[in-house]
Amino acid sequence: MMAFKQAQWNEPLIMEKSREGVVGFSLSGDDDLHSDVPVELLRKDRPKLPEVSEVDVIRHYVRLSQENYGVDLGIYPLGSCTMKYNPKVLDRIVASPKIQDLHPLQDAESVQGILRILHELSGWLAEIVGLDKVSLQPAAGAQGEFAGAMIMRAFHKQNGDLEKREEIIIPDSAHGTNPASAAMAGFKVVEIPSNEDGCVNTDALRASLSDRTAGLMLTNPNTLGIFEAEILEIAKLVHEAGGLLYYDGANLNAMLGKAKPGRMGFDIVHINIHKTFGTPHGGGGPGSGPIAVTKKLEDFLPVPTVEQDGDTYYLDFNRPNSIGKVHGFWGNSSVLLRAYAYILMMGRDGLEEVAETSVLNANYLARKLSQVRGLELPFQHKVRKHEFVLSAAKMAQETGITAAHLAKRLLDFGVHAPTVYFPLIVNEALMIEPTETVSREELDEFADAFSKVSNEAYTQPDVVRDSPRCTSVTKIDEARASHPKTMQLTWKEKTRVDRKA
Amino acid sequence: MRNPHPYIPNSSRRVKDEMLRDLGVDDVEALFGDIPDSIRKNSALNLPPARSEMEMKVRVEDILSRNSSTRDVVSFLGGGVWSHYVPAAVDEVVSRSEFLTSYTPYQPEISQGMLQALFEYQSMIAELMGMEFANSSLYDWATALGEAARMSSRVTGRDEFLVPNYISPERIQTLRTFCEPAGIRIIDVKQDRQTGAISNDDLMRKINSKTAGVYIENPSYLGFFETNVKRIGEIAREKGALFIIGADPISLGLFASPGELGADIAIGEGQPLGNHLNYGGPLLGLLACREERLLRQMPGRLIGMTMTKDGTSKAFTMVLQTREQHIRRQKATSNICTNEALCAVAAAAYLSLMGPRGLEKLGKTILANSRYAMEQMRKLDGLKVPLFEAQHFKEFVVGFDSTGLAASKINARLLQRGIQGGICLHDQFPELGQSALYCVTECHTRGDMDRLVVGIKEILEER
Repeated sequence: MMAFKQAQWNEPLIMEKSREGVVGFSLSGDDDLHSDVPVELLRKDRPKLPEVSEVDVIRHYVRLSQENYGVDLGIYPLGSCTMKYNPKVLDRIVASPKIQDLHPLQDAESVQGILRILHELSGWLAEIVGLDKVSLQPAAGAQGEFAGAMIMRAFHKQNGDLEKREEIIIPDSAHGTNPASAAMAGFKVVEIPSNEDGCVNTDALRASLSDRTAGLMLTNPNTLGIFEAEILEIAKLVHEAGGLLYYDGANLNAMLGKAKPGRMGFDIVHINIHKTFGTPHGGGGPGSGPIAVTKKLEDFLPVPTVEQDGDTYYLDFNRPNSIGKVHGFWGNSSVLLRAYAYILMMGRDGLEEVAETSVLNANYLARKLSQVRGLELPFQHKVRKHEFVLSAAKMAQETGITAAHLAKRLLDFGVHAPTVYFPLIVNEALMIEPTETVSREELDEFADAFSKVSNEAYTQPDVVRDSPRCTSVTKIDEARASHPKTMQLTWKEKTRVDRKA
Repeated sequence: MRNPHPYIPNSSRRVKDEMLRDLGVDDVEALFGDIPDSIRKNSALNLPPARSEMEMKVRVEDILSRNSSTRDVVSFLGGGVWSHYVPAAVDEVVSRSEFLTSYTPYQPEISQGMLQALFEYQSMIAELMGMEFANSSLYDWATALGEAARMSSRVTGRDEFLVPNYISPERIQTLRTFCEPAGIRIIDVKQDRQTGAISNDDLMRKINSKTAGVYIENPSYLGFFETNVKRIGEIAREKGALFIIGADPISLGLFASPGELGADIAIGEGQPLGNHLNYGGPLLGLLACREERLLRQMPGRLIGMTMTKDGTSKAFTMVLQTREQHIRRQKATSNICTNEALCAVAAAAYLSLMGPRGLEKLGKTILANSRYAMEQMRKLDGLKVPLFEAQHFKEFVVGFDSTGLAASKINARLLQRGIQGGICLHDQFPELGQSALYCVTECHTRGDMDRLVVGIKEILEER
């Protein structure tokens, strides 16, 4: 096992490096042409932005980057986040001025290249999820969900029963964005419990379905990494009740070329481009969350769609039944360009290999980790898909070391921790998604790290409790961070407080 | 049998077989055995076969070469996404793979770099906007407006939202989508056809005890400044509504900030701050607010500065997460999860490079350039430049009514000369006649602007 020590620069805030008169820009141009601008329109005091050189800026951010862990450094197994390696050539593709310097309102004739790419990508995404038509507009998965829920709304409105159909059913194992998006689209959320094998409880579903049901939102495989084998029955029940079935594409990586959500009976699907198709997560974004729908829902898609007429591609704004826009312009085009290039390079076989190996890796690691003392793999299933959820409840009970402690200690081994305390239906949950882009050796090392932490938990729990120690900072005072008296959200606020003192 | 794959280390036959043996499984297909046959059937993907990295790159670059970018033609397009110079140092910062390939900092101890960069971003945006707090990014200005409307409705418990008549089509359409399910009514307030000023009479007619928020833009979508901003804010406050100002951050080194003008919430588009056009996305939604009472209704992630538990060092972490979807679920202030963090880091790097002096100088340069363009165009017979009699910044409307030519026709002819004219406004604002919204930034040389003027002159002579 390698010895890990993250960089520790104790880097000041860039504002603290400010020295009057130092500049980081080079600009030519006139300086005093604004003398006739009415004074009430002008800013009174210069903003207190840092005055630093370009050298200062580069050193500052390179130092900060060294205090940050990314997929390019090692395994980053956050469950349902699909933190996989993304081919470097894609970074080169999106650096082209032929995308970077394109304005969204350019004449269609001058953007035939990118329109063609977006159009072909729409078709490929529809094929991958087994549905009919795609909108590329949503900027992230949650925006796709919002757009999807708005489409449910438009559909029921057209049928004249939106007043009545005000409920969206969501399993208790769902991502938090599902209920948040449904609520944003004006629906009431009806949560249904999972059954003893971690899947949708079809009896509870039956009991919740009614003429008030607008639809069901589901992830498949679900957040436990278990394929909802009853999906066809679930789809039948929802459709019989007059509802629509929504597929959260967070876990699509496991399904590529193996199963299409459209074949499972889903009517609306969102796709997290940044999880599945060649886009790094950028510390939290940008991503892209296209949605795909069945033929009967395609008129409701956000405006515009990208269409083809002979050899010409164009944006179609003439969509009278559209839900409108969920985002400015056409979507996160440069992220979508990555997906196009990624799919082109992977091809059909490569995408299927992604699904197979991500599932193989998850099952391999699940088997190893379920043998670690204090950890259990709840729910009896032969196989998992791309991810699995361990419970550290036994360890917590026997040693006082919780999933959160364990996660912090793992960081000292130079790996990122799993998602903790999600899904909510597992006690002391550790949700792990290794992805297809880690080697067996990395999986073995990751499992070794777990074993070592488990040993420590049972022999010297304080070592675990006092971790991490090899990261840029030691354990953080979270209570102080969010306490109204000590919370500090900007540097400006700090200076204000200092002045008072 | 498939070949081993460069991004999938365990794709070699030998490794796979060993791993499968370890699992007691003969074939990888067994791992998908729980999927019903009727679904597994027909799961094959009808997609093109794989290409090598080189083949793919050649192919994609060939398709992209059919685009003419704003480097290939002289472009005067703005309207919510604008050509600004991106310093090389900004691109360098955001291409650091430790930033690029990280995720939401759920484990703060190992993610301090991103957290500190986002904290600095929040600080700089709050400072620029003249506000106390800024979040760590939304998707774009349009969604920031939608969020601001919903936020003001939650804060006030009211359900009407006033917007200016001259507003970007992207923003108003997105706002409608955000407001409809929340039962918020959007009400237009008239602006004077000559000066663009918000009509005081119309505002007084429409504001009432149901008004959750009054929104204005400064500079407006059409590039002119509102002169009565403070008065509008006072009216909003008197009626118990929140006052929301949308601003172009690139103007704020020179022009008054939303905070100085009395805004409770400030929003805007962060793309000008070190982010490329990218055919309209990703963008960067800015949202800041004045008071602590608004903070808890704020959408999006917030980063706070704190200490390590042992008190030895400053540290950063996500705060007030109980507003967010992963904790609060259907009661969250927004559904946003993935945001635009890397674009926010670009903005922070950009603002650090520019500093207060750079941003002020840039504002003056843009002002000078757009004035030069207006002066030169004004010399042409039949053009009204600017259409609104007001102070402008970066963008201005050109009226073509007296030329007898449609704005779209002028654009088509400009394009033949390698010039992309401004945004035609007739469809959205018929009352403005044949007109177009022109954008001039620091990227435009006098030569570019002279070329435009010569081009229009020739087109007028061809009539």
